[in-house]
Amino acid sequence: MTTKLPIDRMIDTKNGTISREIFVSPEFHREELEKLFTRAWLFIGHESQIPNPGDFFVSRMGEESVILCRDTKGAVHVFLNSCRHRGMKVCRYESGNTSLFVCPYHSWSYTTDGKLQGVPLYRVLYEGQLDRNEWSLIETPKLHIYKGTVWASWDAEAPDFMTYLGDAVDHLDQVLDCRDGRPGGSEVIGIHKWILPTNWKFAAENFLGDTYHNPSHRSVDMIGIGPSARAGQTGRRDNEYNKGQHVWASFPAGHGVHSVWMPEDFEYQPSYAQYPLVDEYFRHCFEERKKRLGDKARIMPFTGNLFPNTSYHGRQPRGLCVWHPHSATETEAWRFFLVDADAPAEVKDVLRRFYMRYSGPAGMTEQDDMENWLYATKASTGTIARRYPFNYQQSMGAYKHNDPIPGDVSTQITEQNARNYYDVYAKYLKGDGWASLLGTGDAVRAAAE
Amino acid sequence: MSRFDRLALKQEIEDFLYMEADLLDQREFLKWLDLLADDLIYFMPIRRNVKFGQHAEKENTKQGEGISWFDEDKWTLGKRVEQILTGVHYAEEPLSRVTHMVSNVRLLEVSPSADDAQDVVVGCRFLIYQNRVEYESNTFIGRRIDTLRRNGDSWLIARRELILEQNVLLAKNLSILF
Ligand code: FES
Ligand SMILES: [Fe+2]
Repeated sequence: MTTKLPIDRMIDTKNGTISREIFVSPEFHREELEKLFTRAWLFIGHESQIPNPGDFFVSRMGEESVILCRDTKGAVHVFLNSCRHRGMKVCRYESGNTSLFVCPYHSWSYTTDGKLQGVPLYRVLYEGQLDRNEWSLIETPKLHIYKGTVWASWDAEAPDFMTYLGDAVDHLDQVLDCRDGRPGGSEVIGIHKWILPTNWKFAAENFLGDTYHNPSHRSVDMIGIGPSARAGQTGRRDNEYNKGQHVWASFPAGHGVHSVWMPEDFEYQPSYAQYPLVDEYFRHCFEERKKRLGDKARIMPFTGNLFPNTSYHGRQPRGLCVWHPHSATETEAWRFFLVDADAPAEVKDVLRRFYMRYSGPAGMTEQDDMENWLYATKASTGTIARRYPFNYQQSMGAYKHNDPIPGDVSTQITEQNARNYYDVYAKYLKGDGWASLLGTGDAVRAAAE
Repeated sequence: MSRFDRLALKQEIEDFLYMEADLLDQREFLKWLDLLADDLIYFMPIRRNVKFGQHAEKENTKQGEGISWFDEDKWTLGKRVEQILTGVHYAEEPLSRVTHMVSNVRLLEVSPSADDAQDVVVGCRFLIYQNRVEYESNTFIGRRIDTLRRNGDSWLIARRELILEQNVLLAKNLSILF
């Protein structure tokens, strides 16, 4: 699969320039849908949303609606939400429990494992012609459940999810594991869905490790909205990472994270002032986590983006965010908020209140992000604007390989994560094979190591 | 309780709601905060597409649990105002132009009586127009249920529930005060 778009000229990470076209041009948008969203592993939802047989949750993959469903035998599927007859959306509820998806248009019905079951007047109209086994709901060939989170890819050739994730797993674990270090155990307590007049990559890149945009959050840092703000502390979250070494790590498959590498003897920093029970809970979790994880406990998460469009916040707040493109300049954002399923009620209550005032369209912190992304997109659509690339020269070359953690690691604020991300993005648009997309067949990288 | 008492009360409550809306639209945010009771509950659920028959149970997220657009108190609203007043809250800097329209006002509960009302539950519709910078505009339409508490010759808002008629939020931000 080749492309007519001059991708190498537009994405020049050696010199640190990237064309604005990739953020505003409908052509790039179409190419992304064709070549990237049909192949990459995408986040679908969380098992806590479909605990019982017959439970479903309607999600998205790129521009399309999909149904995440646990069939009546307990197996999990992801189906395109479109009837095989004339394409009607077979499910227009957001979630629920059912034994059949009945199409509103001509009433074909599908079982929870996707099989076409009911076809009205089958004997008279279709006998001998329509083979029901051939007309199941369209299902993703690849699906993987990792610590409760469900991921899928439309590419039957895609590598397994854990290979795709690579060393970024250590960082995703900090989002998905219990605060005391037990594996998994999170639950979704709510979802935001909203429309952003922006290119989806602005959002992904923001979480990928753009710590440089901190000044845009000055207002919340000044007034204090964090979990200890009621006790008079400024800042938008607690200072949990005192004495830690901030690290920005990127990985060959395109993922990028901003985490903190804590010193060997790091100690709990009091947080959640005014909520002694919550502070006590997190202190306890902190000690347990250290015991359980040993050296790995030294990784503490800020934000990250798993290629291409699943971002996360690791602790304060904590959740996964998916950026679904509607067009080059419009994005549908979904945020899934996470807590430890077995956390005490008071802990969950303090967390959800903090999440709401921090995140999403009503979030005092993220409103300012959205303002930036909107006007950065708008001001890049003009004829003259599109002639001038964005600058990605920050901290060029300032990273080490696998030191102190796996990945290409910078200990200063950097756009290396973004340069790496767009290198991988370019490979998808050029239709590279999986060895190249995972960075395992990359001669340049091999030579550099 | 006579019909005239009820009419007078309704007029008084409407005047209060219009005055309150005007404070917001005139950007008198600190004065607006003074109209909020210390134990205020300010709640805007997220609306979901559910099967017929499940609306009461599942359509709206619930106050006091999970995630809603807003489920907060006076302290948080005070923070929102404080943030706007920093002058560097870019989502409201420069400030949006906002009009709050209130209509369909109905007294739902009055206690103890219309001629001595101390607590009033009032339902209305809101239509809020927001325009910001040059071309950006949002319209927020929905139902509202307020619990008002007598405060001398005025009222305090003790509870506000905002039922916005949207599922996926069609605005990038909820940066204005409702
Ligand atoms: S479109 Fe679904 S049955 Fe015809
Ligand atoms: Fe931000």
